[in-house]
Amino acid sequence: MSTTSVPPRERKREIREQAVIRFCGDSGDGMQITGSQFTNTVALYGNDLATLPDYPAEIRAPAGTLPGVSGFQVHFSSSDVYTPGDSVDALIAMNPAALKMNLADLKPNGILIVNLNDFGETDLRKAQMTANPLEDHSLDAFRLFTVELTKLTRAALKELGLDNKTVDRCKNFFALGMCYWLYNRSMDGTIRWIEDKFKSKPVLVEANRLAMQAGYSYCEATEAFQISYEIPPAKLKPGVYRNISGNTALAMGFVAASQKAGITLFLGSYPITPASDILHELSTYKNFGVITFQAEDEIAAITSAIGAAYAGALGITSTSGPGMALKTEALGLAVAVELPLVVCDVQRGGPSTGLPTKTEQADLLQALYGRNSEAPIPVLAPSSPGDCFWIALEASRIAIKYMVPVIILSDGYLANGAEPWPIPSLADLPDIPVHFEKNPEGFQPYSRNPDTLARPWAIPGTPGLEHRIGGIEKQDITGNVNYEPLNHERMVRLRAAKVAAIVQEVPDVVPAGDPSGDLLIVAWGSTLGPITAALKSERAKGHRIGHIHLRHLNPLPKNLGEVLGRYDRILVPEMNMGQLVMVLRAKYLVDAQGYNKIQGKPFKQSEIEQKIEEMLD
Amino acid sequence: MTTATLPVYTKKDFQTDQEIRWCPGCGDYAILSAVQSVFPELGIPRENFVVISGIGCSSRFPYYMNTFGFHTIHGRAPAVATGLKVARPDLEVWVVTGDGDSLSIGGNHTIHMLRRNVGLKVLMFNNRIYGLTKGQFSPTSEIGKKTKSTPYGTTDRPFHPLSLAIGAEATFVARSVDVFQQHLKETLKKAAAHKGSAYIEILQNCNIFNDHAWETLTERDARSEHVVQLEHGKPLIFGKNRDKGIRLNGLELEVVALGNGVTENDLLVHDEHDPRPSYAFLLSQMELRPGFPTPIGVLRAWGDVPRYEDVIADQIRDVQAKRGIGDLAKLLHAGDTWEVRP
Repeated sequence: MSTTSVPPRERKREIREQAVIRFCGDSGDGMQITGSQFTNTVALYGNDLATLPDYPAEIRAPAGTLPGVSGFQVHFSSSDVYTPGDSVDALIAMNPAALKMNLADLKPNGILIVNLNDFGETDLRKAQMTANPLEDHSLDAFRLFTVELTKLTRAALKELGLDNKTVDRCKNFFALGMCYWLYNRSMDGTIRWIEDKFKSKPVLVEANRLAMQAGYSYCEATEAFQISYEIPPAKLKPGVYRNISGNTALAMGFVAASQKAGITLFLGSYPITPASDILHELSTYKNFGVITFQAEDEIAAITSAIGAAYAGALGITSTSGPGMALKTEALGLAVAVELPLVVCDVQRGGPSTGLPTKTEQADLLQALYGRNSEAPIPVLAPSSPGDCFWIALEASRIAIKYMVPVIILSDGYLANGAEPWPIPSLADLPDIPVHFEKNPEGFQPYSRNPDTLARPWAIPGTPGLEHRIGGIEKQDITGNVNYEPLNHERMVRLRAAKVAAIVQEVPDVVPAGDPSGDLLIVAWGSTLGPITAALKSERAKGHRIGHIHLRHLNPLPKNLGEVLGRYDRILVPEMNMGQLVMVLRAKYLVDAQGYNKIQGKPFKQSEIEQKIEEMLD
Repeated sequence: MTTATLPVYTKKDFQTDQEIRWCPGCGDYAILSAVQSVFPELGIPRENFVVISGIGCSSRFPYYMNTFGFHTIHGRAPAVATGLKVARPDLEVWVVTGDGDSLSIGGNHTIHMLRRNVGLKVLMFNNRIYGLTKGQFSPTSEIGKKTKSTPYGTTDRPFHPLSLAIGAEATFVARSVDVFQQHLKETLKKAAAHKGSAYIEILQNCNIFNDHAWETLTERDARSEHVVQLEHGKPLIFGKNRDKGIRLNGLELEVVALGNGVTENDLLVHDEHDPRPSYAFLLSQMELRPGFPTPIGVLRAWGDVPRYEDVIADQIRDVQAKRGIGDLAKLLHAGDTWEVRP
């Protein structure tokens, strides 16, 4: 394809406040890479953004089939972004299956780019389509652009002498190049990434770069697009930013916590979707002295972390729902021996294997209550990818200060979703003081700090502190084995009182929006975005609405009951069957109403808006 | 750690004031006594000893040892101990477990600890029964055994613990018997001297639920006929009059009578340092065949495999040497960043 000879044409460029774009194709088509490259580019440009990667649990379902469809959605804007977007402005569908699975989310008159070369009879059959949508006018409501992506990519790369299979793997970069033209973005960042990614294979650097540039030039040269879009940078708070996903933020947060505490970070983990990236990420931080132990199973993952905590390290373990279930007994042990430990549960759809790659919030009651007997554990939930960093620090700080296991409830959406994140300075990080008991004089393993009720952290190797701990009931103060009825009740109440005392670390809630009024929305975790967006639009209509987003789910903030009483109605949207709402109703005797979505997908802004209006009708 | 000279410890220094809650006559008392006798002789500061256990009668052990101790949950002691040892390689960590704890619920952790060669000493008390739950069969109970949960006899083929450990390529594998005090102490000392994982099966009598389980080995008269003591560099000889030996015939072991042309020179000479697990495996299966004695002592002590915790520490040191010690500010700013100006 000769592109240099064609002079650039005068084309309309339209300024838009925001855009939502989704790349979708076969799971072998590289849609996640394409999406994250586009994301990095718009982030570097200064847009605010949110992303929604959506990929199947199967590594490679049969090519071209419906179960094999993988997608990546980016919402980027010149104003604040709260969600990845309810519907999309531009959809890039690499095959009929991707088109079928994603078309419903494309706005009327939205841009639809499809790879014409993958709409043959076989392709349609694999997608269980009887008619060709490119020919039957079923796509008339959209601005359809059929592009011979495969053919054009092959033409662009023909000089390189690569086989067709390798060449065809570059067609996602052709599509990416088109999108860069469509949204007036520079290809430089992605070229740098390609050069680094394929540095050992120069021919692939060339191939991907050429494919992307060919896609860009194709738009430049053809009359296909009469218009391109410009989304100016957002007015973010001044500072240095980077793009961050929840799992990366958790990993970095734990490194920061171990540095602030001055102790070794030990991660015991067993690979599980969608938490594995925490293990991957931390395993690259050996230069921080981080020990990552890929255990033989979920149980060894947590028990090795308990062993490391006993040794005086910051012991953590990362998992998802099924792994969480397996760790239950060991969590009880950590409660009984009162050692610091942080457990990250990156929630996914369940029960059982459920929806490994989809998001859900249905492990709340498991985290709060899912152990034998009375085994209270503090529970924290981050509300955005960047917040995961701060939650890791907060959980580590509480675990060490109170000598207690702490559960972090992240979810698949936070784990893989990304947002621009203002990089904190080291001075902004909380201190995490660590005190190892050294003094044998009057040492008792279950004596307690009067403020926190924490027992001393007395680690092996300390002369004169030899003592025994275990999961069997202990005598108050001495820690000796004890089965006396009143001692048991005392110990149960002490352990509960210690967790309850953590409330002194929990800031009072201040509702966003109206401080009192018609409706209060109470929520937690990754639903922050759509609720914030819906709150804004519904308040603009004159409704008096407040919103509380709980980061601490146990113990709950001191003033929560009082705040609940300031509103006529309470709405609790959750991606589960109503778990927080059950806790609130039980604890505060309020008539809170649940709004529940269990589809493996985050709430849309419009869904929350609709529910608010229904409640206020 | 202090550089001051080590206090002279006695057995008493390793005893606690806790009332021991094993049944009178339990084999555990003898093992406790042996361990409390050996620890003072190891030249290790008392505060550096950690005894970790799972669940079961044997797992009460830490409460009776005046060291650091951790009574964990069923089967998981090797995993807790691995985390501890990796975080603090300087500690001397002993795991106390039983046939149910180590081979049933904790089987997975046992084999993975052994293949990694974590520097842990594992004392596996094998009494071929579940004692603490009052008498169900265990993974080492003989097939057909009538127990509380198998009134018509067990239908399960048993594990042979040392075969299993060798199958997992354990670097130190030994066997001793609760009542063979001197032998037990010597075996514990050898285990202590080994750097990697040491797995010691201690044949232990549960006089309540499985009394006489090892009687053929422990009865004074029968002992020498049914036990062959393995000694490195020495031929395998047994019998009251030391008149029988073990000879290697191809890939099989055979019992031969000494005399009539058969001399000690014809016998298998024990080599505990043989790097091939196949030799130790052969020994671990010996007593299963009629007419063969049960070997006790060190079956395998292969010192050439690095300890897991050292490999991990070395890797961290290497990365730090190559990349420099991690800098948190740099980490936070890694990758593409951009500045939003006021």
